[in-house]
Amino acid sequence: MATFGRACLILGLAVALYGIAASIHGARSGRQDWVVSGRRAVYALAGLTTAAFAVLEIAFLRSDFSFSVVATHSSTTTPLFYKMAAPWSSQEGSLLLWLFMLSIWSSLVLFLTRRRMREVAPYATAVLLGFGVFFGGLLVFMESPFDVLPIPPLEGTGLNPLLRHPSMMIHPPMLYSGYTLFAVPFAFAVGALITRRVDAEWIRSTRRFALGAWLALGIGILLGARWSYSELGWGGYWAWDPVENASLMPWLTGTAFIHSIMIQERRGMLKIWNASLVLSTGVLAILGTFLVRSGILDSIHAFGASTLGVPFVSLIAVMIAGSIALVVSRRETLRSENKLDSLLSREAVFLGNNLVLVALCAVIFFGTFFPLISEAVTGDKASVGPPWFDQYVVPLALVLVLLSGIGPLIAWRRASAAGARRNLLGPALVGVAVVVVSLALGAGSSPPTVLMFGLGAFVIAGVVQEFWRGARARRAMSDDGPLRSVVSLVRRNRRRYGGYIVHSGMALMFIGIAGSSALQHANDANLKPGQSMRSGPYDVTYVRPTSSITTTAGGRLEKVNFGSVLDVRRDGKHVTTLRPSRSFFPSTAIEDFGPVGRFFEGEATSEVGLKAGLTHDVWTAMTPDIDALKPIIDEGDKVFTKFANDPGTTPEARSQALAAILVGITENYRRSPPPTTFRVIASPLVTWLWIGAIVIVGGALIALWPTGDPARRRVRAGYAARVAQELGATSREPEPEPEPEPVRSA
Amino acid sequence: MEILAVVAVMVALCAVVFVVSQPLRRGPEAMERQTSERVRDLEAAREAKYQEIRDAELDARLGKLTPEDHRTLDRQLRADAIEILRELDELGG
Repeated sequence: MATFGRACLILGLAVALYGIAASIHGARSGRQDWVVSGRRAVYALAGLTTAAFAVLEIAFLRSDFSFSVVATHSSTTTPLFYKMAAPWSSQEGSLLLWLFMLSIWSSLVLFLTRRRMREVAPYATAVLLGFGVFFGGLLVFMESPFDVLPIPPLEGTGLNPLLRHPSMMIHPPMLYSGYTLFAVPFAFAVGALITRRVDAEWIRSTRRFALGAWLALGIGILLGARWSYSELGWGGYWAWDPVENASLMPWLTGTAFIHSIMIQERRGMLKIWNASLVLSTGVLAILGTFLVRSGILDSIHAFGASTLGVPFVSLIAVMIAGSIALVVSRRETLRSENKLDSLLSREAVFLGNNLVLVALCAVIFFGTFFPLISEAVTGDKASVGPPWFDQYVVPLALVLVLLSGIGPLIAWRRASAAGARRNLLGPALVGVAVVVVSLALGAGSSPPTVLMFGLGAFVIAGVVQEFWRGARARRAMSDDGPLRSVVSLVRRNRRRYGGYIVHSGMALMFIGIAGSSALQHANDANLKPGQSMRSGPYDVTYVRPTSSITTTAGGRLEKVNFGSVLDVRRDGKHVTTLRPSRSFFPSTAIEDFGPVGRFFEGEATSEVGLKAGLTHDVWTAMTPDIDALKPIIDEGDKVFTKFANDPGTTPEARSQALAAILVGITENYRRSPPPTTFRVIASPLVTWLWIGAIVIVGGALIALWPTGDPARRRVRAGYAARVAQELGATSREPEPEPEPEPVRSA
Repeated sequence: MEILAVVAVMVALCAVVFVVSQPLRRGPEAMERQTSERVRDLEAAREAKYQEIRDAELDARLGKLTPEDHRTLDRQLRADAIEILRELDELGG
């Protein structure tokens, strides 16, 4: 199996190298057969990486510990669901996932454009295969997932318990889909610049891939945030961690790109800007992958120090230098066909929105790499924390939300002051009303938060107004009812109205973020059963401890759980009962911690107690004082060691004795629980973050849906007219049928 | 097991060589020939589709198709014709 997997990767590397040469030769000589051969190399690479990935998945599912990567990232006790996700918990497996997804998306785009863009596509093929060679090379020469152990262990190390969360099944594939999909517009931009075909055709051909990348990366980021909120036990969803930031940066420049390409499509403007944006996004996508893999910055998500730094830095350097050289050498070709007519126009707002997004990216880039910058300048590796990010990101976010509300409400090219006033007045009044209500409800302690509520309401009101006016116009032209006219409106212009829905989702998200960040109450307390603490408007009482042992389907002991039952009240009335717990997975270091002690010294995970609501979330996590259990654990170790060393003790008896001792410890925890540290967070409006995310995904899917594209519809209308014209031009009266059909009797 | 792996690798290698080299084995002339054959096929399909549209129109006039059925059929046939025209344009035909 491993031999076959390794051979697939070597073959894949060879075929990718061949494909680059064939594509470039075909493009330069005009030989279509070489171009097609190069494209087929991408299909072959996709087939080979699919086979390699399947080999790795099967090895994980079969717990084949002869594979080194399986032995170090899975175990027989790992549940099946997580065995399937375990390949991308490893460095090697995630690199293979990257290559697999790159080859699949590349094949798809090249298949869809096989009869178009004949000059640009071969160079885009070469660029995409260049990425394939890079990742294939890493997998063949540096981080092979198919290394085998001479003597396979009987049991594997197991999957990191922190990664045992359902979102881990789709979070990394989504992130990698985003990164690899951004490689598609990057590659076509390079092809367009090389061939000087910098009109809007390459944008139209790859726009959907850019939007798909934006959506996939966004979903990946949100799933990561959800995982952090519900699994990491610190109560937040965003920590400005380098790896989080690494995924946010290409998403921000990608957001700018999918807005500014509309200006190029419509007006032939911003060609240099668009080319620079998409090239930067491609570089940032690779940078994001590099940050997770290199370990140069400390992160809870990173794979730790590895030897991949030099190759990645080399690739990034080549990409940056090549991008700059291409844009500079093609600056004459990239000159805008039109100029900005007025600052009061949708183009101007889009441009403003682009500048804010790029500024946000620059701030995050500086903050993320500050440890390296400070180390280079002062010799000390200092880092900046959330307050530093907040002081720059919050004002920029406020401006961004304001512009995203204004953009849809004013006209392209030149809006009149009266028209702008008419369109903006209603939403602005709604925004002001929300500010007044927020102040009345006591949110005035945080002016930026109140402002964000008002701006969010302004955006949503603007979107509602656009839908209302559009549906009213449709109703004037047809007999459709209100709902049907809205559906018809969206179907006729999915890109525009899908985008508006995304804007409203984004506004909801910002409202959730502002409310939950600035107005939350976070409190820690060390409690014994019967004691209470207060967090915001809630009184939380530690009612009683709980404990249990979790075993796998095969009867193996998986983890020891210590939990608690909490009674949550508001103004004396029962709100909910929460059951946070902390699970302890066994360490493999029996010699260091003892046969019983090791069950309390491995990885520990939090299961949070959460009551989610539209106005408030009550979030709780607990950390039991395990040190208080130390005497009884040590006693258990002594008793078990003595029993196990008896020559007459059978393995079954040893297992039973160990289980009995652990059950005894958990019962003891329930009988005389040690003090437990609780963290309780009363977080207002956080649910709107997740609701906003769902709205964004829905809007983006509508915008992605192919048949609603106005450009496509225009093309189709052109073809329909041509059919009618050609039918008319060649029309001849059909020959009458020789004999009329007999009339059938009833 | 190792023999099986070697066989699988050989099969993969042959498949890759076959897939990638096929356009080269045909040569550029064959590629062009294939394209022009496809264009001819599509032109024939376009004419046939136009004929179908006219026939349906005649059937409607003669009362063999109800107006509703004719509308549905005509819409479908014109959609097919559009796809043919689109492909012809992509091939430069």
